[in-house]
Amino acid sequence: MKQRDFENRYRDSWEQLEAWLKADRNKSEVAALDLPVAYRNLCQQLAMAKERQYTNRLIDHLNQLVMAAHHRVYRQETLRRKGWLHYLLAGFPQAVRANSRTVLLATALFLVPGLILGIGTYNNDALVYAVMSPDQVMDFESMYDPSNRVLGRERGSDTDLFMFGFYIKNNIGIAFRTFAGGVLFGLGSIFFLVFNGIYIGAAFGHITRVGFISTFYPFVIGHGAFELTAIVLAGAAGLILGRSLVDPGQHQRTVALRLAAVEAMKIMYGTFLMLVIAAFLEAFWSSSASTPIAIKLGVGALFWVLVFAYFILAGRREDANHAN
Amino acid sequence: MLDTTYNVETPEGIDLRARAAGPVPRILAYAVDVFYRSLILAAIGMGLFFAGFAGAGIWLVCAFLLEWFYPVFFEVMRRGQTPGKKSFGLMVVNDNLTPVSWSASIVRNLLRFADFMPFAYATGVISMTLGRHFQRLGDLAAGTLVIYREEEKAPIALPDTTPLPPPQNLRQQDQQALVSLLERHEDLSEARQRELANLLEPITRKKDSDALSYLRSVGSWLLGGRG
Repeated sequence: MKQRDFENRYRDSWEQLEAWLKADRNKSEVAALDLPVAYRNLCQQLAMAKERQYTNRLIDHLNQLVMAAHHRVYRQETLRRKGWLHYLLAGFPQAVRANSRTVLLATALFLVPGLILGIGTYNNDALVYAVMSPDQVMDFESMYDPSNRVLGRERGSDTDLFMFGFYIKNNIGIAFRTFAGGVLFGLGSIFFLVFNGIYIGAAFGHITRVGFISTFYPFVIGHGAFELTAIVLAGAAGLILGRSLVDPGQHQRTVALRLAAVEAMKIMYGTFLMLVIAAFLEAFWSSSASTPIAIKLGVGALFWVLVFAYFILAGRREDANHAN
Repeated sequence: MLDTTYNVETPEGIDLRARAAGPVPRILAYAVDVFYRSLILAAIGMGLFFAGFAGAGIWLVCAFLLEWFYPVFFEVMRRGQTPGKKSFGLMVVNDNLTPVSWSASIVRNLLRFADFMPFAYATGVISMTLGRHFQRLGDLAAGTLVIYREEEKAPIALPDTTPLPPPQNLRQQDQQALVSLLERHEDLSEARQRELANLLEPITRKKDSDALSYLRSVGSWLLGGRG
């Protein structure tokens, strides 16, 4: 068949498909179209055009049309609502448990330097200055000085909102970086875990040494349950990426990385949510000075229990069902 | 390294072709996006200026969302194109050339930070330069690719000629050469086309515009036109 006859024969169907692809918003205007059928026919016509060596212009045109239709046929389903609920109730804790060794490693990378610096700064007056500058230490001390009531409720609610914005931008940014750094053979995640461990450990040790316990601990215990766990989990997700590059197993490195990213993201979505919760608590709950210390400590402890129970217990039944 | 075409075979047995975009247009597109983002942030900042401390808090949340999710939003909702990518004709797709999915877009944009290390996207540029398809680390992990979006070409009007049969059986290559001469009649200057037609003088025994119009006629016949 000559090219011109070929074009004449199929032009209508191409134009119809093109019109359908263009009018994506208001479909009512365009005649209904069986996309998969139209797409398959188009593919066949492109193959014919190539086989018969028709002109490049025609082949390019068909190729573009195929590509546009291909995009439409294989468009991936967007997130389903049921998927989200299932993820929160089971998928997230399951993913954490499935990677428990990596999570433990991340915990150790965070906790061991933290404990060392915590105990060190508690016993040694000068050690905190190895981590922070004198100005930072001063700021830090004045923030939690019980004689200084800035922490209290006289700080207006607009300040709460400001701090919320600050925690969102700063803390979630830190967690995202801790995760992203993992793709550099895990080094970035290790660095941020250890760095945060050192910094937070030093802060704990120093404040305890100075004796501002009655302001500091009630402040950090509540959101800490979500924030510290989330940082560790973000680090673990990063380590999953890093491991796939260091030890790709039987896959090509790029393939291993791809698979690891899917696994790591199962942890990261939940981590993001935990950090948002943490920012809320830190801005609106932890900072309130009107709440008695005992209640804040109690609720904070409850949060810790809840977080741990969630990761240990949620979605267990489903695991068992799968095993059967 | 120089061949940037990227081929995927679809389940229908069709080879899809795309051209992977290199570092330079991508950096420029990124710069455009940074500009837009700063503009948006400045606008929000001015809007919230009178809201005081609370406004600053909201501004920080907006800054956070823009920093991490601005590309995700556009890549998924605007067919793989942030405004910057759009201005350079680029788009993000999954590496099977399907539209980029939410999860893939989130991964590639979360890992942006690693590509940025240690400064100015050094890691990302190195990764792009070393890889076959200019993928930065985020692209590798997400299984995505930045390609050129092909422009829609208007179908060309062929010159008006009476089709004539070729003098002898032409080989496939020769037929294609004649057809593409016809197709490119608007891209090449008339003089250059005559010059090309003159090359065939030993065969066609015609010169200049005669030769050209004869070759066009033959080309038109080859395309299926009949007198």
